[in-house]
Amino acid sequence: MGTVALRLTGATKRYGDNAVLDGVDLDVERDSRLVVLGHSGSGKSTLLRVLAGLEELDAGALTRPDADDARGAVVGTVFQQPLLLPWLTVRDNIALGGRYRANKARFDAAHVEELIDLFGLRAQADLLPSALSGGQAQRVSIARVVAVRPDILLLDEPFSALDPATRRSLQVWLRDAAAALGLTLVMVTHDVDEALYLATEVTLLDGSGRAAGHWRCDAPTGHDDLADHPLRATLLAGYRSQLGAAAAS
Amino acid sequence: MSTAETISPPPVTRSPRTSRTWASRLGLQLLAVVVAVAIWWVITSVLASPTSMLQDFAPQHAIPAIGALAAQGVLFPDIWTSLWRLLVGLLIAVVLGVVTGLAIGTWQSLETASRPVFQFLRMVSPLSWAPVAIGLFGIGDRPVFFLVAAAAVWPIVLNTAAGVRSIDQGFLLAARSLGATPAETLTSVVLPAIRPHVLTGLRLALGIGWVVLVPAEMLGVTSGLGYEILNSRDQLAYDKVMAVILVIGLLGSILDALARRALGTGNRQAV
Repeated sequence: MGTVALRLTGATKRYGDNAVLDGVDLDVERDSRLVVLGHSGSGKSTLLRVLAGLEELDAGALTRPDADDARGAVVGTVFQQPLLLPWLTVRDNIALGGRYRANKARFDAAHVEELIDLFGLRAQADLLPSALSGGQAQRVSIARVVAVRPDILLLDEPFSALDPATRRSLQVWLRDAAAALGLTLVMVTHDVDEALYLATEVTLLDGSGRAAGHWRCDAPTGHDDLADHPLRATLLAGYRSQLGAAAAS
Repeated sequence: MSTAETISPPPVTRSPRTSRTWASRLGLQLLAVVVAVAIWWVITSVLASPTSMLQDFAPQHAIPAIGALAAQGVLFPDIWTSLWRLLVGLLIAVVLGVVTGLAIGTWQSLETASRPVFQFLRMVSPLSWAPVAIGLFGIGDRPVFFLVAAAAVWPIVLNTAAGVRSIDQGFLLAARSLGATPAETLTSVVLPAIRPHVLTGLRLALGIGWVVLVPAEMLGVTSGLGYEILNSRDQLAYDKVMAVILVIGLLGSILDALARRALGTGNRQAV
């Protein structure tokens, strides 16, 4: 595996007395697909916002060890909702980041057209977001972030609002797109099968702000083989124990 | 013209026979105009005694007087002067109103703090400031600009602030996560998002501005439609007084119709 693009050491984040993250260590390796797995309220969204630089840590540090310029690695975030600007066409939404000075050096309009094709949005390019399906809208929102050429793409349960069939096809599409574009992904989800399908690495949060485990799963798996995945039982067991603990506490 | 800071309710649900409805609506409206002119004529020409000054206000005198005013060469200069003052007053109101509305829409505490003062100012008729305006700015266009702006600024402030409050916070987060500075967020997300609200505010402001313009021109200026009413009265030319009133009403209706068309019918609710 490649170099470490983003490193969290002893990350701690509290809301009042409640520690959402409690000394989490995490390495995001370049060209990997890291999935952070945890149930609702386990701090996985907070972890992602910390990685995105949208949230300050109370203790610990976020570093970018292999940054090649003073600005460090550029991180792009895809949220649970597409959050497309309703007054812009699909094309203009994807090109939104190009309007910002921070992206001027990395952005070019030709790349937007490539992404429109790669993301299968050619027929929708001149439509407004209100005319899109949920799956199309989420693809546009991912394209919007990819258009500013981030070193790392963060995804906060991007498919959780979609129906199962769309969700599954977008998982296939995302894994292929990440490979085609050479993207480093960090995705948080509560869906074990989604994690197994997409991840090259999985981190499980234990529900009390710490990491319960970290696994590599290098061999890509098809959806049909997920039921027999060697890691599946382990992750589900880890999941059940913390759900039990959460219910008992 | 809408004088209150509210928007007229949406049109009643249309029946499927749209074309017939449209024709019959136009017919009804024409009928109402005819009835109104008839009432006007009956009051001024039949009920009023032959020696009454009301006779001069009758349609058969007032409508030709419009032509007389035009022939005198005062009507069109007065119209342009009044429209110019309305435009400048509205521009001042838009700049001040949008900036203020952005500020109080963004910071809740500022909104809370400013509420009693704004409520007080809003409920003082702008014309009450006329002596102050004339004292400050002297005779001329500037007190009229001030009075129009003082009246027109409130619907813009209130609608802009409501627009800012209704922005999806997720849009701001998305822009910020794409690297937008606060200024870039303002121009790429906030301003386009509040545009329909600002346009609604502008349409209401246009109505109020026009209504305030005419009395404002009766104080401390020597041109414009408001001045022309007083001037005609001083010449005891009541037919011309009525003629100017007709022009004011007609122009106001045209401005409102144009604003409706250009700025949308206002699909957002004002505060």
